[in-house]
Formats: sequence, C-alpha cells, structure tokens
Amino acid sequence: MTNSGVPNRWRRFDVWDERPLRLDKFAIEDPSNGFCAMQSPNDPNPSLSIRNGLVAEMDGVPEAAFDMVDRFIANHHLDLSVADEAMAVDSLAFARDMVDIHVPRDKLVRLARGMTPAKLAEIISTLSTMELAFAQAKLRARRQPGNQAHVTNAKDCPLQLAADSAIAVLLGFNEIETTLRVARNCWAAALACAVGAAVGKGDALFQCSIEEAEELRIGMAGFTSYAETVSVYGTEQAFVDGDDTPWSKTFLTAAYASRGMKMRSTSGAASELLMGFHDARSMLYLEARCLCMQRGMGVQGTQNGGIDGAPLANSVPGGGRELLGENVLAALLDLECASGNDASTTESEIRVGAKIMPILMSGSDLITSGFGAIHRYDNSFGASLFNAEELEDFLAVQRDYLLEGGLRSIEPGEAWATRERAVAAIAAVLEELGLATVEPRMSASVVAASGSNETETLSLGQVGAISDAIKARALTGADVVRALAKRGFMDEAHNMHAMLLRRVPGDYLQTASIIREGRVVSAINDPNRYSGPGTGYIMSAERRAEIARFRDAVDRAAVLEQEGSIQRDEQRRYTLIERGDAVPGNDPMEIVIGLSPAWNVSLFKTTAEHPLSAVLRALIDGIKEGGGRARVVRIRHTADTSFVGLSAARLAGSGYGIGIQSKGTAVLHQRDRLPHMNLELFSMAPMVALEHYRALGWNAARHASGQQPEPIRIPYAGESLGGRFYVRTALLYAIETAAADSTAAAIDLEARFT
Amino acid sequence: MNDGLPLSEIYPVGEKQPDRVETQGGRRLADLTLNALVAGEIRQEEFAITPAALRLQADIARQAGRETLARNFERAAELTAVPTDIVMDVYEALRPGRCKSKAELLEKAAMMRERFGASLTAQLIEEAADVYEARGIFRFRF
Repeated sequence: MTNSGVPNRWRRFDVWDERPLRLDKFAIEDPSNGFCAMQSPNDPNPSLSIRNGLVAEMDGVPEAAFDMVDRFIANHHLDLSVADEAMAVDSLAFARDMVDIHVPRDKLVRLARGMTPAKLAEIISTLSTMELAFAQAKLRARRQPGNQAHVTNAKDCPLQLAADSAIAVLLGFNEIETTLRVARNCWAAALACAVGAAVGKGDALFQCSIEEAEELRIGMAGFTSYAETVSVYGTEQAFVDGDDTPWSKTFLTAAYASRGMKMRSTSGAASELLMGFHDARSMLYLEARCLCMQRGMGVQGTQNGGIDGAPLANSVPGGGRELLGENVLAALLDLECASGNDASTTESEIRVGAKIMPILMSGSDLITSGFGAIHRYDNSFGASLFNAEELEDFLAVQRDYLLEGGLRSIEPGEAWATRERAVAAIAAVLEELGLATVEPRMSASVVAASGSNETETLSLGQVGAISDAIKARALTGADVVRALAKRGFMDEAHNMHAMLLRRVPGDYLQTASIIREGRVVSAINDPNRYSGPGTGYIMSAERRAEIARFRDAVDRAAVLEQEGSIQRDEQRRYTLIERGDAVPGNDPMEIVIGLSPAWNVSLFKTTAEHPLSAVLRALIDGIKEGGGRARVVRIRHTADTSFVGLSAARLAGSGYGIGIQSKGTAVLHQRDRLPHMNLELFSMAPMVALEHYRALGWNAARHASGQQPEPIRIPYAGESLGGRFYVRTALLYAIETAAADSTAAAIDLEARFT
Repeated sequence: MNDGLPLSEIYPVGEKQPDRVETQGGRRLADLTLNALVAGEIRQEEFAITPAALRLQADIARQAGRETLARNFERAAELTAVPTDIVMDVYEALRPGRCKSKAELLEKAAMMRERFGASLTAQLIEEAADVYEARGIFRFRF
C-alpha cells in the first residue's frame, strides 16, 4: 500500500485507491452530452398517428421531418394492424404484464410489433433490474439457453485455432467466433476453426468476423455457418458514419440468408456516443430505435447489451440495468438475443460477477456473445468480460446457483486428447491439401500451450501464404471433408459434412437456432413458454450432474485417503501407548494435554498440514521450556475443543490443561472456569504454526507457575478460511465426533517419539 | 407451400421432411451422403440453399408470427440466383454516398428486377433511393 501523503486524508482512501476498481472510470450523468442510460429529458414522448393507413407522426416527429431511421421503422417495423391498440396500452400496465406469469409471451410480442421506440423505451424504464431479469426469463425466444465463444490468437496460428475451437466445443459452447490480427489470414483461420469445431460433438456454429464481402465468400465456401457483424446505429449520422444505411443492411441480411448463413445484427448502448452522434438521447431510447430497425430488416436476432459501448454504458448510473433492459427489449421484439457480456467492461472482478448475474438468472439465447475461450492476450477482439483465465469462476457460479450458462468443466485428460486430435486433424488437412507441412514440434507445442506466448509454430507470413492459397485455389468445405476422410479423421469428416448438409434446407436460419446433439434447435421447435415455477427450461438430471461435477471436488473418501497416505509416516514418527484410565494428578506443575478421540486413530494431520506428531511434540516441548511437566491423555467422551480442554484441565495437577482436536483447533483451559470461558483459543487452525503450539505449551506452564503470560496472536491476513478449509474441516470433524463415545473415560497415553 | 401442416410436423425440415427440399442440381438431401462427397461426386455448390427452401422457411417463419423474418427469407430466395460479385456490387451501391444520384441506384433496382426477377429486392432498392434523395445520402463521402 502506498501512502498518498495528502494531509488530513483518511488512509482508508489509499487502500481504496489500490483496488483494481479504481482503474475504471465513472462518468457523471449528463444527458445533454449523451451520458444517460435511460429516460433522458431529451427523449421524445411516445406517440403515433396513422392517417389513411400511413404513419403521419411518430414519437413527436411529423412524417415530413422523418430521418432515415424514423422512415425505416415506420415502413418496416411498425405493424399498423396492431399499432393503435399497442400505443393505447398504458406503459406501466404493459410492464406489469411483462412480469406476470399469467400473461403469455405471445400476447406481449404481438403488441410490441405496433409500438414505437419511445413507447418501448418508456415501458422498459419502468422495470427494476430484478423485474427485467424476470421479464427476460419469460420473453427470451428459445427455451434452453446457450453460449458463444471467441476463439482467436495473437499469432493467427491455425493449429492453435483448431485446438482451441475443439476445446470450445468440449466446454459446451454453441457458437464460435473468430477474427484475425492480420486480415489476410482469414481463410486459414476459417478452415482451421471449421476443422477444430468438427472435433468431438462437432456441433458448434462458426463465424469468421471480417470485411463483409470476404465473410460472405468464406461462408459460401462452406467454412462458416453464421455472421453477426451487421451493425446498426440509432441515429442517422452514426449510421452513415458507420458507412451503411438501414436499407444497405437489410440487403446484406438477405444476402447472408441467400447463402444459407445464419445472421444476427449488432447494436447496443453507447455505440452512438462512441461515434460522436448521439442526438442527446438516452442509450435505451437509441437502442430501441436500433432494435425496431432490426425487426424491420427481418434479421432473426441481435447481439446487443452494450457490445463495444458496454464499458461506456457501465460508467453511468443505471448502466448495468440499461444493458439488461436492452436484452429484454430484443426479446420483446421477438429477436434472438446474444446478450453481450463480451467486451470487458471493468477491472473489478466483483463488477464482472455482478454484471453476468441477472442474465445468468434469466437465461439467454446466448448468455455471452463472446466468452473468451482463450487467454485475454490472445483475444483479437480485445479481452472479454469472461476469459479462459476466469472460466472456472464462471463454472462455479453456474454450479452455486444451478444456473444454465451452457458450459461444463473439463478434465485434464479429455482436454489433452481433444487438443491432440484437433491439431492432428488440421495438420493432416493442411498437408493433404498441399497447404503446409506441420512439423511435429509445432504440433507438440500447440497441444500443450495454454496460449500463443508458449507456442513454436507457423510464422504470420506462413499463415498468410496458406490463407492466400486457400482463397486462390477456391478450396471449400467439401475439399476439407475429403481431406479429413482420406487421412482417417472420419468423425470429423462426418461432423463437417453434417454441417454442410444442414445448409440446404436452411433450418438454422430460423430465430435463435443452434445445433444440439446433432439437431437444429430454435425458437420454432424449442420455444420458451415460461409461465412460472415448474415451466420453461428445467435442467435435466444429467445436465445437473454435469454442472455439479467440479475439478478437484472432494468427498469423505478423498479426505480419508489423504489421511491414510500420511498414516504410515506418522507411525514411524511416534507411538501413543495406552496406560489405563486417567485420574487427576497432584503435581502443581503438571499440564495435561487432552487429545481428541480420533487423534492418531483415523486422523493424522491438522488443516494446516502439520503432522499430529509434530504438533504434540511442540506442545510438550513448550510446556517443558516453560518449566512444566506434560502429561498426555486421550479424552474419549467428546470431540468438542472446550470440553476436551476443560476435561484435561480437571485432570491436571496444576489445574491447567490444553485441549486439541486432530484438525488443529486448540484451547488452553483452567479447571475452575466455565466451559467456554477459556484462557486462550486457536480457532483458526489452518493459520496456526508449530511455533504457536509450542508457545501455547509454554504459556500453560507459565500459568501453572502463577504468572500471567501474554496470549498468543495468530497472524491473519483476511484469508477466506471458510472457502479454503471448511469442506475438509467439516469432514474431519465428523470423523472426530463419530470417534467419541460418551461413556468412555479419559485414558493416559505415553508418547514415544522415534 | 407447407400444406398448412403444423410447424411441429415439418420443422426442422432437414430432419423431419428432408424430401421437401432438393439441391440446386435437383438431388435429394438423402443423396448427399458423406460417401458420395468423399468419392468426389458432390461439389460444394450442391450444399447451397435453394430458393424453394428459403420460401419454405419463410412460410414457417410467417406461421410462427414472424412476418418481417419471412420477408427477409423471400428477398433471400431472390438473391440465391444472383452471383456474389453482383450481390456485393448492389450492396456497395446501397452504402452512403456510393451512388451520386437517385438514377444510379434505380438502375440497380431495374437490373435486379429485369435480370434476376428479384422484384422484392428491387422494391427495397427503390424505397432506399427515395429516402436517400430526401435525406441527402447521395452526398459526397469519398
């Protein structure tokens, strides 16, 4: 910790200054400069006039003054057959219907088609964060949630892309998105990810985010199956600066579908602010305009909830709530929602966890539109909210609340086998197609590497040459399937062929489509009809078991096995010989050490990993050094520290006794005291060092000689002892209590150290 | 086109009613086997989506209440016949400032209608031309 040295400034502020949170910038709310999440004073009031079957006025703007966004929404989004009814509905009443389990989704979605952006924004702004999450649980399109991964690397290495794509599939991601450091490498990346994504279940949809024409060509070649780069903006000027119009994007949307590619648009809070044309409107109102346009364009879904602007949205009050509100609005407009949570918005891990929580609770068609399945530094989109580093944290949250985040934990063995298979497959394809010779050392380094910093692989130039050759020779998915089959990778050939085959009927073009267990699943055949407890997505027993599995989770057998492994060592170190029933002693310097029932019977080390022989020796040595005489007894009728300690004290000639449990909890007691009014207690057993036990023995002896020694202070830096130790503590203590026999008397022990 | 069958009976088409779709070359889905692909009997183009499949998906979307999505699939059905270079050329023309006049964009609409029978797409381009003129989108950008 540094000291700011500012006079009259409480040093707690210095502590706060050191928190990662302080790297985040927070903005003061300022609607006239666009820094406003919802309900800007500059947002229009909802209104709509229809004359002669045409929109004459919308949200305060007469038809003659429509900008191109207004015009597009009026022409393509507004369903005039329900508009009058929809606009007449009280916004608060509609918002209440959104969280009412008795009002079906269909009814809300039907009316939303006739609502203007200002009306939709007004409705969303009446809902609290909790209500938004609940509304999303009800409104989102597909019943079973999914998730999407970013798979990229800093070297654009195709071997690593294949390995990491295969890992993403293994983790359970339904979609994989890649992009490049060097645009030229896109064909190599597309081929590599397509091969990797075909390993194992091989059921992920895959996209390569690159310039539109190239992306379309890569899709047509059969390497990719979806796209989500069709950005939409809520003001005319931002749209034009983004080098498009709602009509050009509508055309592009049809173009993707004509090539059999699933497509979603991208929009989200603060993109207009980032582009410098926000018209002083709130983020939510502008996003409402974007989403109305997207519905009008006929796109099946959206990637929204901030996206590139998410950090900016999160900088203003209510920003997180607004981002969630956008997702709900997408669902209300019957769009598939890939709910953002991709761009990293904060350096605070607490804010990361808080940000994901509402959408994890509500579920989403795709919980994130880009979970970094790779290292942060390897993410060519920039780090995500969650990255490979934090993957197990996400799995833990999923497990804590039994929420469907779409992912599963993986074991080292299956991860290794998957990476080996993927790298072998891509190497075989590159060789078979005459694109490159992959040296064994390259494959070996990529299989083992956690990220590209550790790989010894193809150079960027070599990757570029591979990419150029794929494009120049017009190689296709069909060629790759043939190459895989020729080299014996039949499972991968089968998966990739199946993906090509799905393109012909185009089932995965429908709203919220993914592939699961080899089948197309979408809002058509798996619609979300949540209507309260016991309805909607209910986790299967198999899926629950999968979420429950966690790497290195322990149970009683595992703890006992660990104990057993040191039992033999302990038997070599000392023996405790029983010498009959213990009776009170007479020696005024006698300190009794009361051992708990399972000590050296079934338990052999403390939670601080000290062998029990060493702990006992430290206590005895301390007593001796303090001028006392140690006597060891086993207390058998209880495992409770206080009572073990008090029982020991009552057997001691001095009246002072130490009670200790096998897990290391120790107490210094005196025979005339109440059970819980001890002299000293080591309650944080995991933090106790051998020297502390020695000092406790010494203190006991000093008490016996009539002195008042200083109690021992166990250093504690605020570790989460519960999180770290309670599982083991609880299991150990259960063994201890089971070993107690309420009728058994204490017995004297002779400790013989060898 | 879907004979009024409920969605649950026809969707996913590739799994439930694969014989409803044919490839551009007139082959059945069942003929596009992995073996045939490996034997070199199928080219990548055979895996292209067809106008008929897109119109069937449009029917399915419409029956599910998604009119705008259905219209998109119908525009897409028109574009299946349009070579990618022309698709990208029309897309480029629709971007701000690429065409310097309404007439230039209307030419593209006419081309889509006359050469490819893409009347829905042509309507979209014509609508854009009107709006671009009204909003000054034809202004110089580069």
